Amino acid sequence: MDCKLAWRNIWRNPRRSILTMAAVAFATTLLVFMLSWQFGSYATMINASVRIRTGHLQVQAAGYHENREIRKVVREPQAVAAILERTPGIRAYTFRAESFSLVSSKNRTYGALVAGIDPQREPAVSTIRELVRDGSFLARGDTAEAVVGHLLAKNFRAGVGDELVVLGQGRDGSIAATTVRIKGIFNSGQDEFDRGVIYLPLAWFQEVYGMQGAVNSVVAVCDSLDVVPAAKSHIQKALAGMSGLTVLDWQELTPGLVQAIKMDLISGMLFYVILIVVVAFSIMNTFLMAIFERTREFGVMMAMGTRPGRLMRILVMESLGMTLIGVLAGIVAGSLVTWYFQVNGLVISGAEEMMRQFGLPERMYPQLSLLSIGVGAGIVLLLTCLTALYSAFRVRRLKPVQALTAV
Amino acid sequence: MLSMVNFILHTWFFSGVSFAFYFILHTCLYAEHKMNIVECRDVKKVYHQGHLAVTALDGITLAIEQGGFVALAGPSGSGKTTLLNIIGGLDRADEGSVTLDGNALGEMSEAMLAELRLRKVGFVFQSFNLIPVLSAVENVEFGMLLQGVPAAERRQRAWAMLDDVGLAGLYHRRPSELSGGQQQRVAVARAIVSDPAIVLADEPTANLDSATGKGLLELMLRMNETKKATFIFSTHDKMVMDFARRLVMLRDGKVVEDTRK
Ligand SMILES: Nc1ncnc2c1ncn2[C@@H]1O[C@H](COP(=O)(O)OP(=O)(O)OP(=O)(O)O)[C@@H](O)[C@H]1O
Ligand SMILES: [Mg+2]
Repeated sequence: MDCKLAWRNIWRNPRRSILTMAAVAFATTLLVFMLSWQFGSYATMINASVRIRTGHLQVQAAGYHENREIRKVVREPQAVAAILERTPGIRAYTFRAESFSLVSSKNRTYGALVAGIDPQREPAVSTIRELVRDGSFLARGDTAEAVVGHLLAKNFRAGVGDELVVLGQGRDGSIAATTVRIKGIFNSGQDEFDRGVIYLPLAWFQEVYGMQGAVNSVVAVCDSLDVVPAAKSHIQKALAGMSGLTVLDWQELTPGLVQAIKMDLISGMLFYVILIVVVAFSIMNTFLMAIFERTREFGVMMAMGTRPGRLMRILVMESLGMTLIGVLAGIVAGSLVTWYFQVNGLVISGAEEMMRQFGLPERMYPQLSLLSIGVGAGIVLLLTCLTALYSAFRVRRLKPVQALTAV
Repeated sequence: MLSMVNFILHTWFFSGVSFAFYFILHTCLYAEHKMNIVECRDVKKVYHQGHLAVTALDGITLAIEQGGFVALAGPSGSGKTTLLNIIGGLDRADEGSVTLDGNALGEMSEAMLAELRLRKVGFVFQSFNLIPVLSAVENVEFGMLLQGVPAAERRQRAWAMLDDVGLAGLYHRRPSELSGGQQQRVAVARAIVSDPAIVLADEPTANLDSATGKGLLELMLRMNETKKATFIFSTHDKMVMDFARRLVMLRDGKVVEDTRK
């Protein structure tokens, strides 16, 4: 009977109730979508960063990440490779060696990061091969050839086939110098990257820089983000026998990214709190109105012997009923909207340039998950429940005579 | 959350049971000697409005016998509503004592008063008596629901009661689909269906035309005779006073006349 009363009371002012439920549904929809969007964009950002540069995990000499000196090396890359081969969840790995050097064309000189990469292994780890727009990517057996960023090439006024002189410091401190021919030009969309990086074949780099077979990092990608921690600890244990080596995950390799995600989460939360407070207040208003205008009726019910507690129970059921309907509708609507964009993607028009700067694809995809649905709906439900309880709590102090004389 | 609800339910249930025992015990104890159903002794009630003190009841002493059909009359502001509210346990006297069916109301807590109203008192108000979202039969059932009468019995008694007040066939109408007179009949049916010790009606006919009002009074009188229910009702209306078997006149919170016919 209490349920029946509550249910009928919801529909006694259908317009108001529907508006209230719509507000709850709207807030839930928005929250589910926004959270899915955030989670989706984090996944995209992490993927982009991981796939262009860092990989999921890197094995390096201890201290190399903090202070990138060429002499801090992984002396026996093959031993590390053997460990990675045995580590579950590792999809691919490659070797890299790097040195900041001077690079000159006929009459221009710039500083650039010269990186030696394994032409065969690298494409399995990073997207660099697909980014080559002019000429072609390095191939097995290449020697004095290079792939450079398109902005760097533009600065040199050089094209495919032109020569560059590279001048740097080798592993042992000696001068490293070579002349390379531009084989390909890449365009990642990230200006900093396109302006400052030049790739050589790893073998040639090792020879020029006197690496004696060593590399600076062994870069690995995992099957998915979820398996990274397990793979990391596996590698960590295996590395214990090899002194001076350490394994870093993508979070340690790009602390800026983690920070950006945290900032985004916080600013998102701020927005959600504001949204929910606004919704909660408007709902409270309706709840209070619904209670206020029925005071006389409560008076009659109390005169008949209904206890305030029972009245409260009916009121709470009523407002919870409305909220639940709203939240359920919001979950359905939010999931549908999110799902649509998850399939079709969403282009933020005008932001393409900015997105490219961060190495993000133009089309972003929200990621619907139980977490985004649960958190979104949960927050709305919790707050509206509190509002409902607060409003209903006001009848506790109601005296029958007061209620009966209310207009 | 669930445990809290359970706790509340249990408290409610056990207090309900204990109250029921309490009232049964009372009824057994007092059943022997035919007694007054209501006894007011020197009842005073003062309302404070800012600095102003309004004396609504100024020393009312009144006894109402079992099975009475009593009209409270008097000019506006004479204290009729206040007295009915105090007798029914809706409000409290500032001074003096009130007993209803042997229960001293002054000593009872709010919760006990609510239980007392549930089991002993039926109310009929001037208007807005019914719960708008419930049908006629559900309105009549509501009090029995609170008392814990099983659903089948509840429904059966409510239907019979509605038949009795002349509303056969209108069971499922909402209050908004009933005329004012029909609504008041439902209210009387609801007040009387669980055999209360007393029915208190505050100007039950004030919103009705005189023919309909007369019909309602005839119904109340018939209920008084057939169901042995005690009625106290307030009124301004000469016609209504004529129906009463006892007429108590109030003025300025005092009983100025008490006539039996
Ligand atoms: N809640 C209140 N606050 C202040 N004064 C009140 C209150 N209720 C009643 N009074 C005053 O108490 C006196 C008695 O009021 P009561 O309502 O009992 O009169 P009544 O005989 O029922 O009048 P009416 O015929 O108009 O219904 C009046 O003077 C009224 O103004
Ligand atoms: Mg009155």
